[in-house]
Amino acid sequence: MSRIGVFVCHCGENISRTVDVERVAAEIGKLPGVALATDYKYMCSDPGQGLLKKAVAEHKLDGLVVAACSPRMHEKTFRNAAKAAGLNPFLCEMANIREHCSWVHEDREEATAKAIDIVRLMVERVKKDKALQPITVPITKRALVIGGGIAGIQAALDIADCGHQVLLVEREPSIGGHMAQLSETFPTLDCSQCIMTPKMVDVANHPNIKLYTWSEIEHVDGYIGNFQVTIRKKARSVDMDKCTGCGICMAKCPQKNIKSKFDCGLGTRPAIYVPFPQAVPNTPVIDRENCTYFKSGKCGVCAKVCGPGAVDYDQQDELITEPVGAIVVATGFELYSIAEKPKGSSIKGYGEFGHGTIPDVIDGMTFERLASASGPTGGKILRPSDGREPKQVVFVQCVGSRAREKGISYCSKVCCMYTAKHTMLYKHKVHDGQAYVFFMDARTPGKSYDEFWRRAVEEEEAVYIRGMVSRLYQKGDKIVVMGSDVLVGVQVEIEADLVVLATAVQPRQGADSLAQKLGISYDTYNFYSEAHAKLKPVECATAGIYLAGACQGPKDIPDTVSQASAAAAKVMTLFSRDQLEREPIVARVNERNCVACFSCKKVCPYGAVEEKEIRDRQGNLIRVVAYVNPGVCGGCGTCQATCPSKSVELDGYTDEQVMAMIEAL
Amino acid sequence: MHAEKQKHDFEPKIVAFVCTWCTYAGADLAGTSRMQYPSNVRVLKFPCTGRIDPVFILRAFQRGADGVLVSGCHPGDCHYMAGNLHARRRFAAFRGLLDFVGVDLNRLQFSWVSAAEGGKWVDVVTELTERIRAMGPMEEFKALETEECWSGALATPELQEAYKAI
Ligand SMILES: Cc1cc2nc3c(=O)[nH]c(=O)nc-3n(C[C@H](O)[C@H](O)[C@H](O)COP(=O)(O)OP(=O)(O)OC[C@H]3O[C@@H](n4cnc5c(N)ncnc54)[C@H](O)[C@@H]3O)c2cc1C
Ligand code: SF4
Ligand code: SF4
Repeated sequence: MSRIGVFVCHCGENISRTVDVERVAAEIGKLPGVALATDYKYMCSDPGQGLLKKAVAEHKLDGLVVAACSPRMHEKTFRNAAKAAGLNPFLCEMANIREHCSWVHEDREEATAKAIDIVRLMVERVKKDKALQPITVPITKRALVIGGGIAGIQAALDIADCGHQVLLVEREPSIGGHMAQLSETFPTLDCSQCIMTPKMVDVANHPNIKLYTWSEIEHVDGYIGNFQVTIRKKARSVDMDKCTGCGICMAKCPQKNIKSKFDCGLGTRPAIYVPFPQAVPNTPVIDRENCTYFKSGKCGVCAKVCGPGAVDYDQQDELITEPVGAIVVATGFELYSIAEKPKGSSIKGYGEFGHGTIPDVIDGMTFERLASASGPTGGKILRPSDGREPKQVVFVQCVGSRAREKGISYCSKVCCMYTAKHTMLYKHKVHDGQAYVFFMDARTPGKSYDEFWRRAVEEEEAVYIRGMVSRLYQKGDKIVVMGSDVLVGVQVEIEADLVVLATAVQPRQGADSLAQKLGISYDTYNFYSEAHAKLKPVECATAGIYLAGACQGPKDIPDTVSQASAAAAKVMTLFSRDQLEREPIVARVNERNCVACFSCKKVCPYGAVEEKEIRDRQGNLIRVVAYVNPGVCGGCGTCQATCPSKSVELDGYTDEQVMAMIEAL
Repeated sequence: MHAEKQKHDFEPKIVAFVCTWCTYAGADLAGTSRMQYPSNVRVLKFPCTGRIDPVFILRAFQRGADGVLVSGCHPGDCHYMAGNLHARRRFAAFRGLLDFVGVDLNRLQFSWVSAAEGGKWVDVVTELTERIRAMGPMEEFKALETEECWSGALATPELQEAYKAI
């Protein structure tokens, strides 16, 4: 027989005004298994808790019910008191007779009857409560950062500065991301390279950062504090230890006319290359698709000219498995492609803008390269088709964004600002030129942002036309832009020399497959989902994985950097402890009973259910059963309600506990 | 405030299966806002509606519930991401089953009540209580249980008589 102690609280008068607390105690005292039932003015006060602790010892209690306020208010308080009294905290329950009873009913008779019921149900539950031990999980204090744009760089530096090891994985040959491509940055117009490259160098020199460029995530296993990641280090064909970065190979390579992705196809590069001169690391990689040696077996010039003999045509991809405790995902964005109709049926593309067939219709990033002092034109604004300076430039905002009928309904957030920036940069470089902007709205929230936009309009005299462009076509060496000015209510036609489309910011292609490897969720556009839009903006719902930068949604640099530092802070919070302690409300599988249907695995929102092999002593496989990883389980209990063979139970909410309450109804 | 309370011939027993994060918190809010509602409801707390096994509902009916409420987070707001969606699917099928065995589906209500919807909790509970009060007691399942208990060797006519007399 149990020995349960029941403590009915008056809560001053909050409960006793409508509930006859003495009668509740008296009635409950009659129940079998109740060793003590008493009432007290303020159970949560020091003397109240003292009363509880004393009673545990005096009456040898093995279960407690505190009938008082909501467990959401004081469950922790009383469980701690139980613990201090030497009782397992999970043998202490609260019966909510305040929020769910005395405060919502006026009739004393009814409220008292209900209070008795509420407490009785809890007493029955406590009889079935089991002592639960807090679960501790060890933490590997090393972080993985995926993506080496400004988001990944910032997060990696913050974590590394805090004294923890960081692995930074970047799939391109160099870190830097989009920020390395930008010319000057709003709202201050400082040169992007000038503020970015020192950070890149910091990463390369940081004793706590291990850099994996030209690498991708192959596979992720494990859970918070204990991930195992397999990184594919793609064959670079150049030995990173031997290469001195002299660059003679690049100068001698006979393949010279490969379009540079970094320069948005405006410039060219050799087959052995670094994407841009300030690349980190400054070690070239051979683009095997375009290399003469790989195509025909002839050439081999780079190997011959390389002094230290770093070129290695036989290098293979390497798979490296590393343990980490936390992961920051910072894979950034890419621009909606005007050239090809984007994959995915929901997005329609822009045939009316020429689908990328008109050479002087470019996107915003291409304009950045034109305007960049280290770009292919040395910072001169020249038309891609004939290298002439354009005198009339039309900018079109919201291409792809906010166009539900085209498949994307969100705002890309940065285009209003960078288009204003582009009109300024243009005007600074082509004094007699005229910029026109077609826009739906000018969205400029942000510190000093509206002032910046006004400068573009008022000082640099960019003509803003409110309305959309319906069609573009080539006429001689001009591009005719047909649109409407909805404010004046007229059709507009401009003969432009250059057209810049502010195309939508989208997640990377393949963002979904990375998410599947990591077990994190993503929205319909493939942007990664945070755990809570307001209160957990950098955490994934999957514990131990955090988000930074544009992979979570379009954002500018200040927001990206803030989010990256926030994600780093979350990682550091996790690493501040040696072990992770969590409530032991987790599911457990009864392996004898499990029929291995894995229905639980299908419904578990956390991916906590694994397939476990049971083997005999000789190592022969006997059968496979479900196993719930307690480090990953969120404790929702969906598996238990789903399991057809009743083989999985959620501690703290077992069938026994629930049924005990139902039987007492 | 203390208006004369109307007395009814029949006070139904309502059992509410709710999740901790949304509906339980919503009911707490109704309390802190001192809203008033019928005292017929008994609340059973679960981490998530995903944990609620249809068997609990059947058993509640057998053990004297005249009406059952299942309530959790709105779709998309689940603390556990998707537990409530699994619950929704499960209960859609379960309703069909109840209907098939002849239980009046008006006795079983599903709702989404968030932590901010104290008022909605009050409305849901009040409406359900009134509806069930109008429907009268749920006898079918209780009768079934009696039969179950008294089948087999002990089900002698004398004992049946004795039971009826209770
Ligand atoms: C035309 C244009 C102009 C802009 N101008 C400004 C401006 O003036 N001021 C401003 O504040 N903001 C500006 N922005 C916004 C700015 O570019 C972004 O805020 C910023 O680049 C976001 O950084 P990120 O690190 O999140 O993403 P990215 O810069 O996209 O970096 C992501 C990195 O992750 C890598 N990666 C991707 N997938 C993987 C993978 N699977 N594995 C490993 N690595 C991967 C990529 O190669 C890349 O290096 C502009 C944007 C555009 C399009
Ligand atoms: S649902 Fe139940 S029986 Fe099926 S695999 Fe999971 S635990 Fe085993
Ligand atoms: S309780 Fe929920 S989170 Fe835990 S294993 Fe079961 S379904 Fe997954």
